[in-house]
Amino acid sequence: MGQRIDIKHLNIYYGSFLAVEDVNLEIQANKVTAFIGPSGCGKSTVLRTLDRMHELTPGAHCTGEVLLEGQNLYGKDVDPVAVRRDVGMVFQRPNPFPTMSIRQNVLAGVTLNNRRIAKSDADDLVEWALRGANLWNEVKDRLDVPGIGLSGGQQQRLCIARAVAVHPQVLLMDEPCSALDPISTLAVEDLINELKQDYTIVIVTHNMQQAARIADYTAFFNLQAVGKPGHLEYFADTTTMFNNPQNVEAERYVSGHFG
Amino acid sequence: MNSPSQQNTGTPVGRGSAAPARAADEAPVIDFDKFKPTRSHVAARKRKDLFMRVLIVLAFAIACIPLVSVLWTTLARGFRRLNWDFLSHNMTNVIGGNPTPSGGYGGILHAVIGTLEITLGAMVISIPVGVLCAVYLIEYAGKSRLADAIHLLVDVMSGIPSIVAGLFAFSMFALLAGPGTLNGFEGSVALSLLMLPTVVKTTEEMLKIVPNDLREASLALGVTKQRTITKVVLRTALPGIVSGAILAIARVIGETAPLLMTAGYIVSTNANLFSGQMTTLPVYVYQEYSKYRANCPADASDGCVTSIPMERAWSAALVLIIIVLILNVIGRVVARVLAPKKK
Repeated sequence: MGQRIDIKHLNIYYGSFLAVEDVNLEIQANKVTAFIGPSGCGKSTVLRTLDRMHELTPGAHCTGEVLLEGQNLYGKDVDPVAVRRDVGMVFQRPNPFPTMSIRQNVLAGVTLNNRRIAKSDADDLVEWALRGANLWNEVKDRLDVPGIGLSGGQQQRLCIARAVAVHPQVLLMDEPCSALDPISTLAVEDLINELKQDYTIVIVTHNMQQAARIADYTAFFNLQAVGKPGHLEYFADTTTMFNNPQNVEAERYVSGHFG
Repeated sequence: MNSPSQQNTGTPVGRGSAAPARAADEAPVIDFDKFKPTRSHVAARKRKDLFMRVLIVLAFAIACIPLVSVLWTTLARGFRRLNWDFLSHNMTNVIGGNPTPSGGYGGILHAVIGTLEITLGAMVISIPVGVLCAVYLIEYAGKSRLADAIHLLVDVMSGIPSIVAGLFAFSMFALLAGPGTLNGFEGSVALSLLMLPTVVKTTEEMLKIVPNDLREASLALGVTKQRTITKVVLRTALPGIVSGAILAIARVIGETAPLLMTAGYIVSTNANLFSGQMTTLPVYVYQEYSKYRANCPADASDGCVTSIPMERAWSAALVLIIIVLILNVIGRVVARVLAPKKK
């Protein structure tokens, strides 16, 4: 089952530069929440704070609270490595490990942590994750070929399989379809729809149609000018966001007037 | 050459120096004919092309001449005395140009053992230190002052003359183990100083080209930084690191001067890296070359060969080349086996 995320007074910095200002947002469990907004407004940055990937950039830090089912991810004794096991991430460009086969890629989350895994357990986990990522039928006969030999869309679904194989509660997706062709995009979108049964999904997208198709809720981020911090402008369920937004900027953005 | 203005016969009327003054918000009028490439003659261009082609092929041929010549000379002269007896004996019992009791004229067994052991010792020292240093520089240091200082030191180190490395190792062992100490490991220390900058630099380059995506992919799976570095970053860069290490070995395996100072020279076989002098192939070649001719007294047997030292030197040189070649082949095979495959 997925878990809910509450973001409270989140300010995100790169060094001394305030990149995103005062975000307050409630992300519902087992729903798809989309982040949309013009380039540079900080939607990917906000996403990366949800699994503490943001702080990997030198100088990057943030203030405020991110509560996963009530527990602050930025609490004092919280291990970022443990957070990243509860909150999985899929990136813009498919990034399977080039030295590993399909099977090894799916198992990477377990084996890279030096955890030994029995062969039968591994077989089950690989099948479970690949089925979950709608990839099993395409690759079940060639699990030992390198993961980078697959097509772009298959690679992205392999990366999703790799992410779900560590059994996270939340799945973050940073423009997962922007490097894919329309057919592969459709496959990944169908998959997202199925995955929300088991995970809370947060997706960043530049494609408003995609947000309208797959998201239950949509958050619109905006920035006043280049060099100013981005902020959460408007948050609503997706139908309201695209049909009857109660916010001037959001209305202009979803109707294609800027961005 | 024609000036462009003479060719622009098609300039439209009304656009020239007498262009009318334009309003402030009006875009400037551009005469694009001015920017067209001037017509050059096809024949002249072809001549120039041919000339450059000949020049490049010639340069390549000139670069090949010394290479082919060195290989050919070493092969032709080295084969003469290269046989099993030469490979399986050392230089004990060699008197002048006379044949030894085994029927040969002495050999290089002790020098091959010395070369392999001393080079292995240098690898054991410099590869871990160099790789860890590069990992620190790329994965941890960022843009710190310390990293800049290390970069500078590595650059300076790569320019150290090998004789200085020899002196350093010699004086270090003189301080630690007593004056005048000579042993194989001392040679390894000298060679490792020469290898280190190459290992650091090539490893650094290899770590740099590992895409950041892979580090993030691993960290996002909840893998610790240490395991991300050892199992993803270093594993992905491994083929390049191996090639770099082989390159560094090839650079030091032919070193003579520092080994003369540190490992010394003996005629018998010494397999103990940590005690007693040791001969390496380059030093052996040098020693034989300095003898130049062997003594053959009037009452010597017919088998006595006065030119034997130079012949031994050439054969030893050939063996050294073959060892470097084998190392290169091993490196390539290892790199290919470890490289990520597409299919």
